[in-house]
Amino acid sequence: MIVPYTHVLLLSAVLFLCGIVCMITRYNLMMVLIGLEIMLNAAAIAFVGAGLHWLQMEGQVMAIFILAVAASEVSVGLALIVRIYHQTGSIDTTNID
Amino acid sequence: MCVYAIIFYLIAAVMILATIMAITRKNIVHSVLYLVVSFLCSALIFYILGAPFLAAFEVIVYAGAIMVLFLFIVMMLKIKVPAVQKLPFQQYLMALFICGIYFLACILLMHFSAPLLKEPMQAASASPAFFGKYLFEHHWMAVELASLLLLIALIGAQQLGAGMYRQSNHGGGK
Repeated sequence: MIVPYTHVLLLSAVLFLCGIVCMITRYNLMMVLIGLEIMLNAAAIAFVGAGLHWLQMEGQVMAIFILAVAASEVSVGLALIVRIYHQTGSIDTTNID
Repeated sequence: MCVYAIIFYLIAAVMILATIMAITRKNIVHSVLYLVVSFLCSALIFYILGAPFLAAFEVIVYAGAIMVLFLFIVMMLKIKVPAVQKLPFQQYLMALFICGIYFLACILLMHFSAPLLKEPMQAASASPAFFGKYLFEHHWMAVELASLLLLIALIGAQQLGAGMYRQSNHGGGK
């Protein structure tokens, strides 16, 4: 017997909130990407918990696709950050025209 | 309360603490290192929730590859630590308001969810072999789409990088 599903959901909700706070309160583009990562990870945890609760594999399948999407999103995002750094000389969100 | 539940709560506490530390650090390197701790905890939670393959994947891809990529970019760019920048007070109020609504929704969900959701889950585990068989039997189309997405991301990142150097060479020639 493990914990109830609601506790898994609550953990994932708190993590998602951390991600949102990081995304909207930090001015650094890198921190915005990190917040996005935290949010995707929280969603993956919720999916895996749901998969265990209903004893379906779909939750884990969805989580693995979330991982793939996160990997591709990070690669493009970091390339954009490097490009923005070359054009504006900083990675501050306030400096981007 | 069995030993699984105790381990779950411990890991969850460590994970939330590490994430909060990660999002409040000024230095991005510290932040990324705390995030690695958070992702390792996440891998342990996947393992407890019966997904050993995903746990290994999380360690290899998230904590291994993505975070190293972040560190590479941090070392590549000379990031000046900016002077203290704070959100305007009004925006903080708005953010707190939205967070409050969000948390209210979570608490309501917890409270009024079906009684089935409040019972502890049975421990179960899907072996990597079973998981892989299921993935390729039922979701082969999605696997193909994911691989296509990764290819597109690769080409996009390459184009962004190549365009940058073409532009800078052009600008230098002038």
